[in-house]
Amino acid sequence: MLTEPTAADDKIRCDACPVMCYIKPGAAGACDRYANHDGQLVRVDPHILLKRTVSHGGRLVPFQATGDWDGKIVHEPSLFVTAIGAGTTYPDYKPAPFIVSSEIDGVDMVTVVTEGIFSYCGVKVKIDTDRYLGPETATVRAQGEAIGHVTTSEYGSQMLSLGGVHHLTGGSKKEGRVTCDALMDLSNCKPVELTIDGGATVVVQAGHAPVVNGVPEERMRVGCGSATIGMFAKQWHGKVDEVVVVDDHITGVLSEHQAGKLLDIADTGIKMKGRRSTPGRYFQVAEPGTGWGGTRISDPLSVLGPFDAKKARPGMTMLMVSTTGEHAAFYELDEALKPVEKQIPAELQLSVERIQENCEPALCTVLFMAGAGGSLRAGVTDNPVRLTRSVKDALTRVTSGGAPVYVWPGGGITFMVDVTRLPAGAFGYVPTPALVAPIEFTLRLSDYAALGGHMDHVRPLASLKGNTEALQILSPPSAPGARR
Amino acid sequence: MTRTPQIGFLADGKRLHLQDGPIDLIVEASGSRASMEAAYAAAARRFTGLLDELCGELPLLRQAADPARCLLQGKVARRMHEAVAPFAAGCFITPMAAVAGAVAEEILGVMVQSARLDRAYVNNGGDIALHLANGEQFTVGLADLPDASGLLRTMVVRADDSTRGVATSGRHGRSFSLGIADAVTVLARTASQADAAATIIANAVDLPGHPAITRRPACDLQPDSDLGARLVTRDVGPLSRGEIEDALEAGAASARKLLAAGLIDGGALRLRDEMIVVGTKSVERTGLRPRFRGPAVEGALHV
Repeated sequence: MLTEPTAADDKIRCDACPVMCYIKPGAAGACDRYANHDGQLVRVDPHILLKRTVSHGGRLVPFQATGDWDGKIVHEPSLFVTAIGAGTTYPDYKPAPFIVSSEIDGVDMVTVVTEGIFSYCGVKVKIDTDRYLGPETATVRAQGEAIGHVTTSEYGSQMLSLGGVHHLTGGSKKEGRVTCDALMDLSNCKPVELTIDGGATVVVQAGHAPVVNGVPEERMRVGCGSATIGMFAKQWHGKVDEVVVVDDHITGVLSEHQAGKLLDIADTGIKMKGRRSTPGRYFQVAEPGTGWGGTRISDPLSVLGPFDAKKARPGMTMLMVSTTGEHAAFYELDEALKPVEKQIPAELQLSVERIQENCEPALCTVLFMAGAGGSLRAGVTDNPVRLTRSVKDALTRVTSGGAPVYVWPGGGITFMVDVTRLPAGAFGYVPTPALVAPIEFTLRLSDYAALGGHMDHVRPLASLKGNTEALQILSPPSAPGARR
Repeated sequence: MTRTPQIGFLADGKRLHLQDGPIDLIVEASGSRASMEAAYAAAARRFTGLLDELCGELPLLRQAADPARCLLQGKVARRMHEAVAPFAAGCFITPMAAVAGAVAEEILGVMVQSARLDRAYVNNGGDIALHLANGEQFTVGLADLPDASGLLRTMVVRADDSTRGVATSGRHGRSFSLGIADAVTVLARTASQADAAATIIANAVDLPGHPAITRRPACDLQPDSDLGARLVTRDVGPLSRGEIEDALEAGAASARKLLAAGLIDGGALRLRDEMIVVGTKSVERTGLRPRFRGPAVEGALHV
C-alpha cells in the first residue's frame, strides 16, 4: 500500500480507493478498513470482518498457520479448523452491519448505524517467585503507563491483573495503546518489562522464568518455611542442632516445630524475630524483598535475636536456608553464643541441594481472559442466550485457537486460556484499541439446531473427512486471543 | 493499482454484497429467476466505477450545498445535492449527508429498470432504497445499536405507501453527528431524502452546551471531513430523564417540521432508553423488545 506521509502532523494519505482519505494516527479512514497506526497504514478489518462474517453466518476458510499444507484437512481429531487468521485469508470483504443481513422473525431487514467496540479483555499473570514484586493493588506499568495492578499472592507466586476495559479505553490514548501492545505481546508469548509502583521491575514472558530487577528467577520455592521443615526434618536429624528456613511468609524453626518435636530434637535457645504463629512457625521475620526467601535481608542472622544462655551452648550448629535452597549458610555458636559462619558440611550441603532439586522451575504464566457478549453469540445462533446456556450445560465446547479454555460460571461467556497453548501470533489488535483473538464453539449438530443455529450455513466436518457429527462455528471475540 | 469492487453473494446465496472503498451494499431482489439475475447483473455493472465517479467531484461534494443551484455533474452527485438542497438554506449541510442513500437509490434504480421485480432493496449500511410491486410489503426492524440483538420496533412499508427510502443516522455510525441521538430512523419517498433528513434530525437531537457531552472538531478526527472544524459528538455522559426528553423533543420538533413540509413520511428518534415516534402509521410496536435494554446494552455493544 502506498502512502504519502504529509507534513507536520502524522496523518497519512491512503490510496486504497479514490476517496484518498487523510488519516490521523489512531484513526481509520472513511471505509473503516484502513487505519493509521503510529504513522503506518494498516489494514484493520480482517478481524472485524471475520466477526461480521460469522455474524452473517458466512463461510470461513480454514487457515494453515505455518508450514506447508500436507494436503490433509482433518486427519486427526486434535486438528480442527480454528478461527486464527481466517480473516486474513478471506477475500476483501466487509459486509454492512451484520444485523442488516440477519433475518429475524419475519423482519426483512434492519436499519442500524455501524460499528461496535470490542475491549473487554485482559491477562492474568502468575509469576513464580517469592521475591517481593510490590504491594497488593499497586499499579503495574509498561513504558510508564498504568496497564494493571498487583493482585493476590498465591502459592509460591505473585499475581498480576493486566489490561481490562478501563486501561484499554478508559484512560488516555497512550495508556490504551500501551496496554493493548503489552497485552498483545504477553499473549503472543513475547517478553514485556513491567514496573510496579513501590516494587520491582520484572520482565514477564509466558513460559519463561521471570527476571526480577535484572536477575532471572530460577526456582519456585519447595514450600513455605514451615513446610520445608516438615519435608526435610528427618534428613537434618542428627546432622545439625538447629535449622531455620527463612521465608517471607512463614519462617520455620526445626527445634520448635512439630516435626522437630516428633524427632525429640532438643531446644536450642534460639530467639526469632517476627510474630510467632504456632510453635516453630513465624510470620514477618523481615520486610518483604528480593533477598533471602522473599525477604529483603542479605544477612540471615538479622532475623535472630540473641540465643538464650540457659538453653544454648557453645559449639551448637545451625543451618539457615531459604525456601528455594538458593541461599544457605552454616553457623557454629562461639563461647559467647554468637553464631559464626562456617563451611557447610557436605551432608548438609546435600540437603540444601535436595531443596533446590525439589523446587520447580520458576515460570511466568499468562492467561488471556475475555468475554464473549451479545453480538458474538448472536453470530453463532439466532438466540444468543441459548448458546450461553449450552456452554454452561457443557453441550458446547469453547476453545480458543484450538486450545482448551476455562469458562467462568455466571452470565455471558467469559473465558480464560493459557496463551502458550495457542499457535504463535494468534493475537491481533484493532486501533480501538482492543485485542482480537480466536474463539470456537464446537457442538453437536443436533444441539446446534436445537439452539437456533444458522443451519443453512453449516458445513459439517463430515463433509471433509470421515464421519463425524461435530461442526465448527468460528468467530473471533471482539477482544480475546489464543495458541495451541 | 487496479481496483475493482468486491462483488459476491453472501453465504445464503441469495443476497448480493457489493463493496468498494467505503461503500458496502447488501442487495436482495425477488422475482423470477431470470429477473433476479438480470437485476443483480445490472447492479454489478452500475456499481463498477460508481465510486470513481463520485470521487471525481469529491471536493465539491464536501462543500456546503448551495440551495439555489447545483454545479455537480454526476447523476448520483446531483441526486445528493437535490436531497440536501431543501435544508441548505437553513443550516450547513453538504451533499455528503445523502451519499449513502443516493448510492442505494441509484443501484436500486438500475435493477428495477432492468427487470420486473416483486420486491427489492439496496441496503447501504442502514440507508435503504426499496422497491415494492403492487401488494408487496417490507418489514423493517429498528435497532439503536449495531450489535443489539433485539429490535426496538418494526415498521411495515407497503406498496401503497409513498415510502421508498429508509435511513438511520446517529452518533454511533461511521459518519459524525453533531447531535447526541443514538439513532434516528427516517422514512421518506427516496433513500437519499431519508438519508439527508435523518442527518438533520439526528443533529437536532441535542443539548447545546451540556457538560456531559464531549465534542471535538471533525477535522481533528478526520482531516478531510466535510464538516471542517464543526464540533462533532464523541461521547455522551450521564443524562437525566428530563434532559433525554428535552433532547429528543428538540429532534422531534425538527422531524415534525419536515413531516409537515412533506420531506419525510415519519421517523423514530432514539436516545438512551427513550424513543419518540413522529408520523404515525407504519411504525408499529414490536414484541421483540429485548429484556436487556438499559445498562446491559453497553455490555452487548462491547461484546
